[in-house]
Formats: sequence, C-alpha cells, structure tokens
Amino acid sequence: MKTSVFLGTLAAAGLAAGVAAAGTLADVKAKGFVQCGISTGVAGFAFTTAAGEWDGFDIDICRAVATAVFGDPKAVKFTPTTGKTRFTALASGEIDMLSRNTTWTYSRDVDLKLTFLGVNYYDGQGFMVPTALGVNSATELDGATVCIQTGTTTELNLADFFRANDISYEPVPVETNAEARAKYLAGACDVYTTDASGLAATRSTFENPDDHVILPEIISKEPLGPLVRHGDNEWGDVVRWTLNVLIIAEEKGITAANVGDMAAAPGKDPEINRLLGTEGEYGAMMGLSKDWAAKVIAAIGNYGEVFEKHIGVNTAIGLPRGLNAQWTDGGLIYSPPYR
Amino acid sequence: MSSEPNVAFVASGQIPPSAPPASEVGPIHWLRANLFDGVVNSILTVASIVAIVLLVPPLVDWIFIKGVWNAGSLSGCREVIAAAHGEGVTGACWAVINERFNQLIFGFYPSELYWRPILAFVLMLAALAPVLFSTLPRWMLWFSAAYPIAAYFLIWGGLGLEVVESGQIGGLLLSVIIGVTGIVASLPIGIVLALGRQSSMFFIKTICVVFIEFIRGVPLITLLFVASVLLNYFLPPGTSFDLILRVVIMVTLFASAYMAEVIRGGLAALDKGQYEAADALGLNYWKSTRLIILPQALKVSIPGIVNTFIGLFKDTTLVSVIGLLDPVGLLNPIRATAAWNGILWELYLFVAVLFWIFCFSMSRYSMYLEKKLKTDR
Repeated sequence: MKTSVFLGTLAAAGLAAGVAAAGTLADVKAKGFVQCGISTGVAGFAFTTAAGEWDGFDIDICRAVATAVFGDPKAVKFTPTTGKTRFTALASGEIDMLSRNTTWTYSRDVDLKLTFLGVNYYDGQGFMVPTALGVNSATELDGATVCIQTGTTTELNLADFFRANDISYEPVPVETNAEARAKYLAGACDVYTTDASGLAATRSTFENPDDHVILPEIISKEPLGPLVRHGDNEWGDVVRWTLNVLIIAEEKGITAANVGDMAAAPGKDPEINRLLGTEGEYGAMMGLSKDWAAKVIAAIGNYGEVFEKHIGVNTAIGLPRGLNAQWTDGGLIYSPPYR
Repeated sequence: MSSEPNVAFVASGQIPPSAPPASEVGPIHWLRANLFDGVVNSILTVASIVAIVLLVPPLVDWIFIKGVWNAGSLSGCREVIAAAHGEGVTGACWAVINERFNQLIFGFYPSELYWRPILAFVLMLAALAPVLFSTLPRWMLWFSAAYPIAAYFLIWGGLGLEVVESGQIGGLLLSVIIGVTGIVASLPIGIVLALGRQSSMFFIKTICVVFIEFIRGVPLITLLFVASVLLNYFLPPGTSFDLILRVVIMVTLFASAYMAEVIRGGLAALDKGQYEAADALGLNYWKSTRLIILPQALKVSIPGIVNTFIGLFKDTTLVSVIGLLDPVGLLNPIRATAAWNGILWELYLFVAVLFWIFCFSMSRYSMYLEKKLKTDR
C-alpha cells in the first residue's frame, strides 16, 4: 500500500510538473497573484512598514510585475527568503520570481539554471573610513585594520585588491552588518568594507554621518536584478520587460503623475505611443493587456521615481545615482527599444 | 521539722529565657550566615555588590530615565534625548517597540482580526489549566481535547471566519504556535517512544531506536531546511503543503526524540522491584505501566521534561533562518526600515523579555509540580 501511495505521489508530481512546464505565466494568471521571493530585510531594498506591508526598491519590482499581469500592485504575495533558501525556493516552484539583492554571476546563471532578467541596481564593494583618518583613496590604506564579513565574496575581493596594489591590511572578521557597525564605531577597525549601498545605509544610521566618508574606489562588480527559472521564457519576458518599461519610462520622461495624460491619446513620440498602448498591439504579444505598461507606471512610477523614493539622495540611505543613472546621463541603466 | 527557716529563696516560677546573643539572630546573623560566611564568600559578596552598583544604575538610567517612548524614528529619539538631557547623551529608543509592538506579537496578521489569536491564546490557557492543575474538575479535560481544532479555525480561519494565510502569521504568535504544538505533541509521542525502546518486541524496539537515534543525531536546523527546501522537491509542485505545518511537524519529531530519552532516564531510575511488584499484583503490561511505572518515572523526569520544553520553545527562533518571521526574524526587516536602521539593543531586549516570560513561567510551574508530587519526605 505504501508503494502505491509513493507511486501515486510520483505520478502526481510528474503530472503537476507537466502542468508547470506549460508556463509560469499561465499558472500565475490562474492563481491570481504573483508569489515573489524577497530578502528578509535590506535597508532601502526590502523592509516592513508600520502598517505591516513590505516596501522597498526590490519590493517595487514585484509590485510592478503584479501590475503588469493583473493591473493591481496588490496582487502579489511575498515569501521572505534567506541567502540559503532563495535559489531552492525558486527552483522548486515555491516562488515565481526572485527580487532579492542577488548578484548576477556566471555560475548562478549557468550552473544553478536561473535566468537573470536585467539589472535594477549596479552595486560594488566599497570602503568607509572615519574622516579624521584623512584618507582620500583606498590605495592609501596600507596597514589598516579592516572589518569584513566572513565567508562572502567581499572577503576575496578585498584580498585581491590589496594584493594587486601591493599594500597590506589586517582583517577583523565579523558575522553580520550589525556587528560590523558596532565594531567600526567602537574603533576596532579603521575601515569597513561591504557593498557600497550597504555602506551608505550603515553610514546613514550613525549619529554623526559626516564624520565618515565612503572612498571613491569600487573594487568589484555586483549587478543586482530579478531572476526566474531556466526554461520559463514567457514568464521571464514579462519580468524582463516590466523592468525595461520602468527604465524606458524614465528615459522618456513618463512619470506616475503624467502617464494618465500621455496614455489618453497618441503623442508625437512613437515609442511612447507603443509603450503606453496608444499605437499597435504590443501587450498582446506577451499575453498582457494593451495598456499594461501604462498601468505599471501609474502604480509604481518610473525607475528614477522608484530609486528616489527608497534609496535616492533625499532618503536616509542617500545613494547618488552614479552607475545607476540613465545611459543618457552617463550611467549604465539602459533598456533595449520597445518596438 | 515542719519548716526550713534557713532556706533563703525558692523560685516561684520559671526564669524567662534571655534573648539570644546578637550574633545569632536578626539581620546580623542572616548576613553572617548567608553573605559573609568565610573569606571566599565575603569576597564574592563584595564583588557582587560592586558589580550591581556599577551595572544597575547606568542600565536603569538608559532604559527608564533616558528612554524615549514616543518618536517617529531613531533620529527622532536622538533629538528628544538631546533636547531633554543635552547633546551626546544616549538612551534607549523604545519608540520602535511602541510602533512595531503589534508586528512583533502578531506578524502581518490583519489588525482587525487580532481578537482571534488573542481569544485562541486565552482559550489555550483555559485548556491547559485542567491539565496542569489537578484540583480543577475533570470534565474540563473535554474542552482541552477539543481546543486544538478550535484554535486552528480561530487562527487560520474557515467555518465562516475570514481565512488568514500562513504567510501573514508571524511574531510571537508564530513562536507560540510552533512551541506549544511541539510541546503538547512531543510528550505523548516521547512516552510511547520511550516505552517502545524498552519493549521486548524486536520490531517495535528497532523502529523506536532508529527513529530516536536518527532524529537526535541531526541538528534541528538541518530538519528545518529539509522542511523548507527538500520537501518542496518531493511534493508535487502546486501542492502548497503549508510551511508552518511542515515546520511544526519537524519540531515535534525533534522534541519527541529528546523527550523519549528524558523519559527513558526516568524509567531507568525506577527500582526493578517496582516492575516485579506490579507483576506480582497480577497487573498486565498496560495497567502496570499506567498505574505503577509511568507515574513514578514521569515524576522523576519532571526537571528533564521541562528542560526540553524550554529548550524547544527557545529553539523556535531558529525558524528565522528559513525565512519565517518569528520575533527574531522580524527584527531584520524592521531594522531595514529607514526610520529604525541602526537600532539593536532595544529590539533584542524586548524579544528577550518576551521569551523570558514564557520560559520562566514554565520553570516556576515545574517547581510547583515537583513540590506537589514530593512524597518521599
């Protein structure tokens, strides 16, 4: 009897796998919401509000995808994932997409069979030092004690950087960002190194942020972006183009405030017309409504608005656009044309 | 010789007892007996007093006197403290607890439905009462038996109540769900496993030994990862076998294996004569176990059992590593909020106090039970 139950389960698994292969987009439409994997808390990128809602830069990507599919930014359920559970949660089908400070790397793309759909934040490893130290460049850090989280790529990047520049350092291993913050403030290390966005977020919590400076050197590439499973191309297209729509909207000056007017009637710019559904049948190609992009921009805003709302210079995190400026402003944020 | 004229004095009553020497009574005696009993004790006492004097006033100052309860953010707290006590003074920023209290207790449970988990908690106390205190009427046990079903529908909804999904359950509510279910289920399972391990029937004994040794040999975190990650691969995709349920099952299995060994210790502590006496009375296995063996074995095991309970309740915080938001897991997203980024001690202290209340209550109940069941003196 046990054998038959086991075989039955296997058969059901095979059947369901067959159904799943029919496409996540169809599954998502059938169940009525997007199951989005997120982090368990990164300043500015994913956090909970007092009202008990998830919010942040990564969260808005999930909400944008939900708006693209259902026209409703609330049609999304969040699954907090840790660094250890995120990829299995995605691979096993527990979540439909992952939007969680995940660096796009070769082995994750190829070996873990994940599909990265673009970059919503170009991060990189940086250094923070007290202003009193009088250091202006990371190459002047010879002999410094450095607080570093153990077991991360930042540790390896740090060793590479100091070896390449032929200078020495003394590592002070720490486990978490909170511990690093305490150690750094107590003067247990001269330098704290981690992703530049994390440094800025940490610095913003100091009582006197101006007493500390983030050095200009960025010693690694950490392109962060949303991802889905391999072989899930229709669904991947939806997530990829949702992100691209946010980027194009900023480039073309479409904001949450003016999208209503611009989508009401065709304008002069044909790309805007195609994007907002006043010309052609572009939404239908992906199985979405004609005005899906207009709804996304109306609900979420364009890339720049999302950036400024959660992590921009006017927030507590205070990140400048830098690499994340539009390509027209000398940054790397660039979307293929919508045509 | 009718009289004795040269007898000078005959006491007409008893001499009242004089007061004991000052060193044998009162506060001085107590001090000598308890605090300054020898050189080592005196040194320890003085050291303790110094430590208390050094630690307590700054702590009270930080927690209560300079603590801020109403502010919108960490920088708001700092402004309030600076305005009241001057620049550079530090104090506790309890405003974060004030703002996020509901989140730390209920997770993302819909706020208009808070009455349901609260009612479930009150009913839980009522359901536990007849189990914990034998003076209460026995018919109340029927209520206890029905309680788990009522609690399930109260917390998750159904039967006309609005459905609340597992993803919305978090905070202390989640810890209590996992902890209490694990505690209540692990005791009977543990007893059965312990008896099975002592059984003379080869098959039953083997199953119990393998189960106990396997579960005890694996860290709880591993079991939690199996629950959160591996089971997804084995189960057909689309079957949403609730994550909380998976975790509860794993935690229960884990606690049962430990419980079985604690109770086996109690069984081993019994004199062989007890078993033989039960046999001599003509009691069969179940009667002798129920009437003679278990009451004594369980009594001996009480400290170990409660120890396992407390350990289990605290272990529920491990679920934060698989992304479930218990009070410890919730600290991360709260600290990621721009307003509260940088707060550490206040949040952890609050969670510590929450857990301390539960664990200390369990510990006190265990002491009460041991006192009540003490029959040998």
